[in-house]
This record gives sequence, C-alpha cells and structure tokens, in this order.
Amino acid sequence: MVTTTPLEAELLEIAGSVPDPELPVLTLQELGVVRAVHVRGADSVEVELTPTYTGCPAIEAMSLDIERVLRAHGMREIAVRTVLRPAWSTDDITAEGRRKLQEFGIAPPRSVRDSGPVTVGLGPTRTLADEPAPRPEPVRCPHCGSPDTELLSRFSSTACKALRRCLACREPFDHFKEL
Amino acid sequence: MTTTVPTAAALALGDDALVLSHRLGEWAGHAPVLEEEVALANIALDLLGQARVLLSTVGDEDELAYLREERAFRNLQLVEQPNGDFAHTIVRQLYFSAYQHLLYSQLAAGDGPFAGLAAKAVKEVAYHRDHAGQWTLRLGDGTDASHERMVRACTALWRFTGEMFQPVDGLDVDWAGMDTAWLESVEAVLRRATLPLPEGPRSGAWSAGAGRQGVHTEPFGRMLAEMQHLHRSHPGASW
Repeated sequence: MVTTTPLEAELLEIAGSVPDPELPVLTLQELGVVRAVHVRGADSVEVELTPTYTGCPAIEAMSLDIERVLRAHGMREIAVRTVLRPAWSTDDITAEGRRKLQEFGIAPPRSVRDSGPVTVGLGPTRTLADEPAPRPEPVRCPHCGSPDTELLSRFSSTACKALRRCLACREPFDHFKEL
Repeated sequence: MTTTVPTAAALALGDDALVLSHRLGEWAGHAPVLEEEVALANIALDLLGQARVLLSTVGDEDELAYLREERAFRNLQLVEQPNGDFAHTIVRQLYFSAYQHLLYSQLAAGDGPFAGLAAKAVKEVAYHRDHAGQWTLRLGDGTDASHERMVRACTALWRFTGEMFQPVDGLDVDWAGMDTAWLESVEAVLRRATLPLPEGPRSGAWSAGAGRQGVHTEPFGRMLAEMQHLHRSHPGASW
C-alpha cells in the first residue's frame, strides 16, 4: 500500500470534484473513476483515471477537465493516465452518487458484488412462457418509486444505461446498468 | 509492470473488434426500431473502445485502422460479413459474442498482457451476448417469417465459426476447450429458440478461415474502402 501525502489527498479531492461530462449531477469522485493522484515533483502530478466502459467517449473530456482544475491549483505538469485494472464496477458509485442519480431521474444500479453480471429478462415468445425474474430486487421507478417496471431496451442514450418504463406512472426512464 | 504485448494477438483481437464495430455502425439510420438503432450503436462503441486499447498497444491506432491494406488485417472472416438482414446481424452477434466472452474470460483469469482489458471488456460483452441471445429467441421462436430468416442466417454464417478456434500466437488459452464450450452455449440458445443446429463444415473449403493470416472475403475490401476513405483523402483531418 502506497501512502498518500496530504497534498495528494487534497489534489485527489480537487480532481474528484470535477463534474461528469455526461451526467453533470455526479462528480468523478461519486462516479468512482478517479483512482489516485501521485505527486511526482514540485508542480508535477500524475492522475489515475479508469473508464466506466472501455469505449466511453467521455474519458477525454474528463482528462481535460481534470488537467484544467489541477492547473488552476498551481500544477504545471499533469499526466492523466487511464488504468483498466481493477475494472470499474457500478458498485464503485458512492451512496451519495446513487442518491443524486435517482433525484436526476435515473434509476441507480443495483449491487453486483454478490451476484455477478446481471441478466435481463425476456418476454414470452411463441412457445416459451415468460422467464422468471432473474433477480429478486426490482428496478424501481425513480419518479414514483414503484417496483413495477419493464425493460424497453438493453441499451439507452449511452452504453451504461438501459431504457425502462414504469407500469405504475407510465413514465419512461433510464436505468444505470449493473456492470 | 511491463509485459511485452504479442503483436499478432493484439492485431487479431483489435481487428475483430474494429471491423465488427464498423459493421454494426452501418446500421445507424437503418435499424428496424429506434431502440435497436441505439443498442447496435452502443455495442459498436464498446467494441471500438476495445479496438482502440488493443491497437494502441502495438502502434498508432489511426494508422493501423486507416492506412493498412486489406491483407494486413488479422480479423476473423465472420466479423467482416455484411450485415445482411437483421437476422444475419443477430446471428453474427450470437456467434461472435459467445466466442469473445469465452476468450476474454480466459484472458481475464490469466496474468498475460491482455488480462486488464479482458477483465473490463468481458463485462461489456456479457451484455452483447445477452442481447444477441434474447433476439435469437424472439426471432427463432417468433413468426414463420422470422424463424425462416434465422435458419437461413445460422446456416449462412456457420462456415465462418471454425476459424475462431484456431490458436493465435501469444494467447495462452485452451482453444479446444473453448470450441466445445462455444458449441454447447450456442446450441443451447438455438434449441430454446426452436432453431436447428446448422449442419455442414465450420470452415470454407477455399480459404479455410484464413482471416488471421490476412486472407479475407470479397465484401471486406469494399467495407475498408468506405471505412478508410475519409482518412486517406484528408490525412490528419480532425473534428
């Protein structure tokens, strides 16, 4: 375990305060993507950033935003390094981040720590009956809180979300998929 | 930690992801419903992300993607097959995502140069596999017309499935075991979807699955021409 200096902790907090470019209600710290900050010299710093999805196009905007806030804080040489390991998981989103997602109208991801990847259910086909629900915990409507919601599409406005509809209040909503 | 990245393997995995990503991107504006339009584009984006990581480990990603000739690409012939109808695209996804999931699972479990990417990508591919599996059930066990199209697509692409399990230099995985596991998983989905397991050879007689050696099928050249046109006409163009 590498020890963190007070300066590194401070810079980590600053880097983590940058809003996510796609979901500006969340900070990068709440999203859980800023892994570490290493001070390399008097005004030189290296930031470890992990992508949510391998192809997440927001990672470039995140890097630029981090460089900007750290430069404003007196750093001259800033290297933002993308790390893939350990892979980011939706479990890395903080409790505060989940609360904000819900408030923003996006159903937060359920925990994957215990159950592994989440499969999505299938409606009935011609000869097969409806599949049993794959997990006991329902995705709740972020608007009215009803657990009675259905999947419209596995992929929504971004790769990290699925499109669902509430059967109680009829509102469609995004669900941050478990990863 | 520094590990040497085996070039042949990085190109094989990277080109698979790049080429399939481009094919899926061709659906933009043409998908049968809006949700599918978005789904296929998202899957394409996942694959493009994998391709960028993989190709960047062995060179300049843009040069590799846009300036190589057809014979220098190391992707499977399966992923370069044209989209065809929606059934063809779904079956191509079914065959490939099952393979990619098995391969990345093995790579993620090891400690080789691709373990980090594989551990990340395998979680994304689990959704691709699920997407293809659900559509296979819906179309195979759907109307007579959709069933018929699925049978045709499964058969047409079957001869490109043997190539996936030819060992690639630099990838330390159990190829024969993967082949068996792949057959089992695909057969299980097809059975539930009331689709017959295709008969016939799993590699073509003419260029027996030589995509990894740079031998490609005829539609690939045309795909590359379109994919590389902008970069070759306007070198260094950016948004």
